[in-house]
Amino acid sequence: MFSKTLRKDTYGYLFIAPFFIIFLVFGLYPIMYSFYLSFTDWDGFTNPTIVGLENYLRLFGDFFFYKSLFNTLVIWIVSVIPQLTVSLVLAVILHEKFVKGKSIFRAVFFFPNIVTAASLGLLVALIFSWQTGSFNQFLMAIGMINDPIQWTDMPNFMRGLVSSILFWQYFGYSMIIYIAGLQGISRDLLEAAEIDGASKVRVFFSITLPLLKPIILFQVVTSIIGGMQIFDQPYALTDGSGQPDNSTLTSVMYLYETAFTRYQYGYGSAIAFGLFLVIVVFSIISFATMNARTKNEQK
Amino acid sequence: MISETKVEAIHDKRKSKRIKPSHIIIHILLILLAIVCIVPFYIMIVYGTHTNADIASKFIFFPGEALIDNYQNMTENINIWRGFLNSFIIAGCSTALTLYFGALNAYGFAKYKFRGNKVLFWFVLATMMVPQQLGLVGTFRIMYILNLLDTYAALILPAAANAFAVFFVKQFIDGTIPDEVIESARMDGASEFKTFNRIILPMLTPALAALGIFAFIGSWNNFISPLVLLFSNEKYPLPVLVQMLQGYYGSNYGVQYLGVALSVLPIIIVFTIFSKRIIGSVAIGAVKG
Repeated sequence: MFSKTLRKDTYGYLFIAPFFIIFLVFGLYPIMYSFYLSFTDWDGFTNPTIVGLENYLRLFGDFFFYKSLFNTLVIWIVSVIPQLTVSLVLAVILHEKFVKGKSIFRAVFFFPNIVTAASLGLLVALIFSWQTGSFNQFLMAIGMINDPIQWTDMPNFMRGLVSSILFWQYFGYSMIIYIAGLQGISRDLLEAAEIDGASKVRVFFSITLPLLKPIILFQVVTSIIGGMQIFDQPYALTDGSGQPDNSTLTSVMYLYETAFTRYQYGYGSAIAFGLFLVIVVFSIISFATMNARTKNEQK
Repeated sequence: MISETKVEAIHDKRKSKRIKPSHIIIHILLILLAIVCIVPFYIMIVYGTHTNADIASKFIFFPGEALIDNYQNMTENINIWRGFLNSFIIAGCSTALTLYFGALNAYGFAKYKFRGNKVLFWFVLATMMVPQQLGLVGTFRIMYILNLLDTYAALILPAAANAFAVFFVKQFIDGTIPDEVIESARMDGASEFKTFNRIILPMLTPALAALGIFAFIGSWNNFISPLVLLFSNEKYPLPVLVQMLQGYYGSNYGVQYLGVALSVLPIIIVFTIFSKRIIGSVAIGAVKG
């Protein structure tokens, strides 16, 4: 009997084999190959020539790489802080009993999340274009401005616009996740606290928030990984240009442009690994600070 | 569920016979936020029905009459229905691969105690933390080596290795499928793969349905991969075609609005019908994660 189960258990390898083969070919190999390419000079046509650390040294002094990191970071922070806080407040509100039409609000807030980011980017570009944009015409119609404002020439505004698209797309998603977490907290606990005289705000900070901590951490970490890879929205918004003044050029846009429009595949790979290093550092920092805080509170 | 809402209703009646002002304010804020979320989509639809001259001259509230003209203008350069078809083929096949191989792998990990089971499973989980763009250049290279550049397969095949799918389905198997089911199938003389295909797979339907929604939406909206791996207009999925509108119709805004609207409308329709399921699957995925 024992030997029979043992024999059957080796079938497990057959079941997991297809996944691993595909992963090795389309997941691991590309990463290893990119790593190799990051030490080479390759234009995609001739054979790659090994140049040692040259790409990384260039990356180290590359103004545009730092600029793209800065842009990515600013765009990400400006979108993610309101995303994670507004969505939490909304989740708590939509978890309250007195609110009418909960499922409609949930659906409307969540909907932009499943819409193609490229479509949203272009839509916002159209709305905020200079002379024909509906935003300018709305402002003119209500008399707030006399002449159309050229929003697309304002670096900070355009960064903010990318952040807004991201916020618009993700606050509803975060909200749904928070609501799922809230449903795991027993209502009795919250009601008991309220009967004891705790205000809603107090209940939120003393009970709800600590209990949601794992979910908040989950959201922070996934948003770092996603946020550092922002591409679709700024690409569609600026037709791939990253303008004005390269203010909406994110790191992945810079990687894409370097490798696939300027055919510097080696340097493009180095950008990818430079960005990866930044993501790792940020993830570790956020993990560490969240853990440190939890420990302090336990003391 | 029904009884819960009834209890809630009774609670509400008892508690709030008088309406609190704070409740009204909260409702107003919620409605305002909802309007802000919807307005761009409204603009998109309305502006798609106007001529360029209209759009350039004033702010517009109501639909116009240029829908057909804009549409004909657009179809000269962009075959949006072909884009739909491409997106359907790519997202449909990707989803099928993700579900089948995800389930197969999850089942292998969940029900067979082979050596290295735990380590390999942790390895699969760890791959979820690796950003996809890291291997972008290498992906281009491997597709070139395999002669898959500019084919649907380049976008579809990698979907068979979806780590989240494995994790998600394994959780479900661990929670709902007892070993006895497999034992009895073995007693009846079914082979291991037959057991999986005929007995286990149907039992996984609820998990696969939720996962399938995720996988399909993700693949449908994928932008950077087709941008890198496809070169022919007739193979581009919708997001890439929409992006190309800017190049073709830089100054014809009505056409661009219409193109965006056509790419978003089906999503609106599908979401209106299935919103509960879609939101539910997001929530399940998050809780499991």
